[in-house]
Amino acid sequence: MSLINSVPEMVLTSKVDAMLNWTRKSSLWYMLFGLACCAIEMMQTGGPRSDLDRFGMAPRATPRVSDLMIVAGTLTLKMALRTKVLYDQMPDPKYVVSMGSCSNCGGLFQLAYSVCDGVDKIIPVDVYVPGCPPRPEALTEGLILLQDKMMNEKWLTRSAPLTVA
Amino acid sequence: MDARAIHKLLANEFGDGVGNFVEQPTEPHIEVDATAIAKVCSYLKENGDLNFEHLSNLTATDYLEENRIRIIYHLHSYKHARWLTLKVAVDRENPHVATLENVYPVANWLEREAYDLVGVNFDGHSDLRRILMPDDWVGHPLRKDFQEPSHYHGISTVRESMLTINRN
Ligand code: SF4
Repeated sequence: MSLINSVPEMVLTSKVDAMLNWTRKSSLWYMLFGLACCAIEMMQTGGPRSDLDRFGMAPRATPRVSDLMIVAGTLTLKMALRTKVLYDQMPDPKYVVSMGSCSNCGGLFQLAYSVCDGVDKIIPVDVYVPGCPPRPEALTEGLILLQDKMMNEKWLTRSAPLTVA
Repeated sequence: MDARAIHKLLANEFGDGVGNFVEQPTEPHIEVDATAIAKVCSYLKENGDLNFEHLSNLTATDYLEENRIRIIYHLHSYKHARWLTLKVAVDRENPHVATLENVYPVANWLEREAYDLVGVNFDGHSDLRRILMPDDWVGHPLRKDFQEPSHYHGISTVRESMLTINRN
């Protein structure tokens, strides 16, 4: 206690923030969450050619150990409720990338009776990647943008993410 | 044996249970009565000259102006490499038809789909539940007069124009 009080506060927190953010952005484990055709491009992004492993990313099969959810594909209303449950099961800090027109806004299915037009109606989204489907390069850029965002975060003073709906 | 000859055979066998033969360039088909469909199909399956051993598709269509629903059966015979289309018309207010589950086990899921989306009741079906839509969904979305609910579990189904949204 006395040590922390004796050092100027701003100096200490910014350094810890930077280190925490750097470790965090370098080990983004993403949950496999392919919902439709965009999932093919997501798998491609994880494959050897665009190789997400070089950013320290690894696919996980369960939300409980994931930091990032890449919503890749058409979100139906039926799946929307499950998506919310999966998001709630992820430990904080957690991030969401919305991949493709479908999860951004419903895409070409947005007038269908069964489709939820936009994953941001259910959970907060950090990065939107447009495209139908986005190429692996686009998703990679979205993930680099997310890493930039994480580096600018003040984790120690960060508030819990707000949940929509 | 073409569809017209099959129709003649069925008409001899089942009398009133089999309706008209509809000549169409795209899809000639045989109209069948709702009460006779299971018997007709098991005949088509067992008869050695016909051998329609596969139900390749089962759908239903809503004809709002006629106040009817038509259930469409596509049968296929691997042995003779032959297709056959049957149609059953039922009342739109209270659509009931016998299940084909005992003839073609694959009908289980196909009939659940027709029940889910168009609301046809298949009498005698072992497990008539929704298959695509959520269990608590109200209405049958492929009915022509289906009204979409404004919310589903608090999720709005209204589409705002993306051009007018101010995200900040
Ligand atoms: S955005 Fe296009 S590619 Fe992606 S899930 Fe929708 S329809 Fe498929």
